Parts: sequence; C-alpha cells; structure tokens
Amino acid sequence: MTVHPVYLDYSATTPVDPRVVDKMVPWLYDHYGNPASRSHSFGWEAEEAVEQARADVAALVNADPREIVWTSGATESNNLSIKGAAHFYAERGKHVITLKTEHKAVLDPCRELEREGYEVTYLDVMENGLVDLEVLKAAIRPDTVLVSIMFVNNEIGVIQPIEAIGEICRDKGIIFHVDAAQATGKVEIDLQKLKVDLMSFCAHKTYGPKGIGALYIRRKPRVRIEAQMHGGGHERGFRSGTLATHQIVGMGESFRLAKLEMKTENERIRMLRDRLWKGISEIEEVYLNGDLESRVPHNLNVSFNYVEGESLIMAVKELAVSSGSACTSASLEPSYVLRALGRNDELAHSSIRFTLGRFTTEEEIDFAVDLLKRRVDKLRDMSPLWEMVKEGVDLDSVQWAAH
Amino acid sequence: MAYSEKVLDHYENPRNVGAFDKSEENVGTGMVGAPACGDVMKLQIRVGDDGRIEDARFKTYGCGSAIASSSLVTEWVKGKSLDEALEIKNSAIAEELALPPVKIHCSILAEDAIKAAVKDYKDKHGS
Repeated sequence: MTVHPVYLDYSATTPVDPRVVDKMVPWLYDHYGNPASRSHSFGWEAEEAVEQARADVAALVNADPREIVWTSGATESNNLSIKGAAHFYAERGKHVITLKTEHKAVLDPCRELEREGYEVTYLDVMENGLVDLEVLKAAIRPDTVLVSIMFVNNEIGVIQPIEAIGEICRDKGIIFHVDAAQATGKVEIDLQKLKVDLMSFCAHKTYGPKGIGALYIRRKPRVRIEAQMHGGGHERGFRSGTLATHQIVGMGESFRLAKLEMKTENERIRMLRDRLWKGISEIEEVYLNGDLESRVPHNLNVSFNYVEGESLIMAVKELAVSSGSACTSASLEPSYVLRALGRNDELAHSSIRFTLGRFTTEEEIDFAVDLLKRRVDKLRDMSPLWEMVKEGVDLDSVQWAAH
Repeated sequence: MAYSEKVLDHYENPRNVGAFDKSEENVGTGMVGAPACGDVMKLQIRVGDDGRIEDARFKTYGCGSAIASSSLVTEWVKGKSLDEALEIKNSAIAEELALPPVKIHCSILAEDAIKAAVKDYKDKHGS
C-alpha cells in the first residue's frame, strides 16, 4: 500500500464528505428511478429528492429554488452562461468583458465567442489580484452585453468585489455572470443582495461529488439564455438530459452542510492557514501572491524566489500541492494569473498553491512547514541564482542567454 | 507529471553538486539558460595536466529533468578529454534519462552547458 501525501490541494477538488456519500448511495441501489418518470413511485421519489437538493443549493446562496438549473459542473455552467447569454442578447451588442485572471472555463468560451465575431475585453487586475472598478467602468461600451467575473480566484483565492460590480452592471443593463466554483462554503453569498444575473456552481470543491454542478439564472428581473443542450426539455428547457439523482442528492447535501458549518469551519481553516504562512514566512525571500485581506481563508499562494516551482513540488512530494490550476499544470508556462499580477517570470515560475480544507489538521501544517524549510534550503544550495544573489550579483544586470 | 526512475534518482541524489573557484586556472565554467525561462544551469569542469576532465560540479535552477540532466553530465564528462566531452549529445542524455518530449530542452541545455564550460576553459588557455 502506498502512503498518501498530505493533501493541500483542496482547490483542485475536495474529498467527498462521508456524510454526503451516505446520502448518495441509496439513490444508486434501491431508488434508481428517473426523476422525469411521472407514472410511478420510482420517478416520484427521485423527483422529490432532486427538488429537496435544489432547495438546499438555493438556500446556501439565498436564491429561489426555481432559479437553479442542474448541469454537469462549473465548466458547463460557465459555457451555458457566457455563450447562452451572449447569443440571446446578440442583437443588443456583441461585446463581452472579463478578467485576464479568470479560469480557463471562462476564458475559453470567451475565445469561442471571438471566433464567432464577438469582441472580448480581458481586463488587467491590480497587483493584489483584484479588479479595479474604474478600469471596469471605463471598459464598458454601449454594445457591452455581458460581464463575467469570478467570485474567488482559483489560484490566489482573492475575493472580487462582486456586490460593487453588480451595481455597475445593473445600472447599465448589462448581464453579470459570476463563476462561484471556488466560493461556495467559503464566502457568504446572498443573491437577494448581490445584483448577479447568472452564477456557476459545482459540488466537488465543496465536499460533494465530481460531475455535478448548477447554474443560477435570475428570475427577477428575468434573465434569458439560449440553451446549449437540446433533447427532452429538462430543467425548463435550459439543459436537457436525464438528471443524475445520486449526484444531485450529493450536491444538495454538501451545500446543506456548507450552510450549517461554514462559519465555524472557516475560522478553523483561517487559523491553520495563518499558522502555515507564519511558518513559511520565516524562510528568506518568500512572497505572498494576491491580497491577504480580501481572500478566502483556505488559500495560500507563495513564491519561493530562486527555486523553480516544478522541482520544489517534486522536492516536497510528501505534500499534494500544485503550482497553479490543475487545468493548466500540463503546460510548462508560468502561471498566467501570477503574470497578470505583474509578478516577474522568476517569481511566477517559483510559486506553490497551498489550499486547505475540512480535513486539514494542525499536525499536517506543522509537518508541511518543517519539510518546506528543509527542502527549500536544499534546492537553494543547488541553485546558481541563489549563489549569485549571495555573492551580491544583481540578477537583473546579468545578460542571460535566453533559449 | 510522472518522472522516470533515473530522473528521480538523480533528482533525489544529485551527483557533484557544488562549485569550484571559477578564477582557478584549470577550471572552466559554463552558465546557460535564463531565469525567465525557468532553467539556469551552471557546469564547471576541472581539467588535469593530462588534458582530461578530472572533476566536475554543477548547480541548477530548474525542473527535475533539468537537475537530473546536469547531474548526469557531471558524471559523463569525468575522465574525458575536452574533445570527447564535446561529443556528448543531448539525444544521448534524453535517452539515458527517458525524458518526455516536453523535457528535451533540458538535455539540450545540458549539452550547451558542456560546450560553454569547455569554451571558457579554452578561452582561459588561449586555444
């Protein structure tokens, strides 16, 4: 049996809470009905379970259950929102605004819109990772139909000023979509208060199963989108396809638990995160990426200067961490999110994202700090850059042979 | 990314890490790569009176494959004449370490590091 490393990659995905698994299992064994079956009790009980889950998801974000549509995950919700809204409102205009630091599941649908002839503005963020509201206002044009800005950034955990952005968009009659995949259970979301028109959710970042998500579509004022998936007219025509009862039940339960426990859980996680940062900041030449105040307690993104990120991740193989988003870790490019913060290539290359969660313990944090200190030392002993810095060489003055 | 056994071995037990005094007459130093690209390799060779490389040291800032490539070449250059060392090709390094295609540049960098170290030594000796 292999011993697993300490899991500090909760923003890639979370383990499914055992209480959620227990709730899901009966819907695979005895209660296997299709929620769309109207002619027998198998269908009726499945439909009831699906509606209970819808109510639980809606409750976490203070929405009406009728505003929640099931999807396969946040990627689908983002696609449905961005392409669906842009297509529906195409006659009003063909300009979309988003951020350079968005997840690929937002950026790639925007690229697709560009191929279809839309114009997309990708806004820079400030050095702390947050959008500058004045920059956003200045980017709005008469033909802007959609703004898509994430609630919580997946790499650096910063919380964007969603309430203020909502006011700006509503004032101009622009549809506002928010990717909240990383936000549920971490920040309070009140859709009665926030002027958000579309919001994407998924279960697997909040201790639910993978493969299930939801999209919030505002009813008042009514927001329209064009469906992407046709066939059967499920989910009021917004998203056809047989509902995955067990997955939906799992998402509902995970969101119900999040609502109940998030307050105390976030305090505990914040303590652990602060303990991790205190330990790491004792190492020379480390830099925190992104704002520390407007940030979820689960995230710490740190650059270890003069140490290359991939080799550092290899050096701390007793920790399951990532150098950025799991979706881009196949590429050798430094994080585009850190580049957008104005971090130089070296610092962007040497970053590690630590994300903590429900099952992280103090012992694990202490273990991680001790290990990092030793391994960063080892790699710096091996680093020609560190050697030069210690000799007093200014690395910016060196003529590098770029390759 | 899954690394080969050999990369992991060199990465975990790097051979010949360290530095010689680069002002020494019989030491050649080569530094290649750039921090912005994510790899910098420094390779040093110490050449004996018989013209053969008697020892080598490296320091590398880079991914596991870059560290393994440089560790490997410090072993390979030892005992070779300068001309023999120049014959070490990146393809042989990549093959020995079973580098995946996205990591071939690490082996190219290691080959360049040998060339740069030999050139530095030759420049010092005016040949």
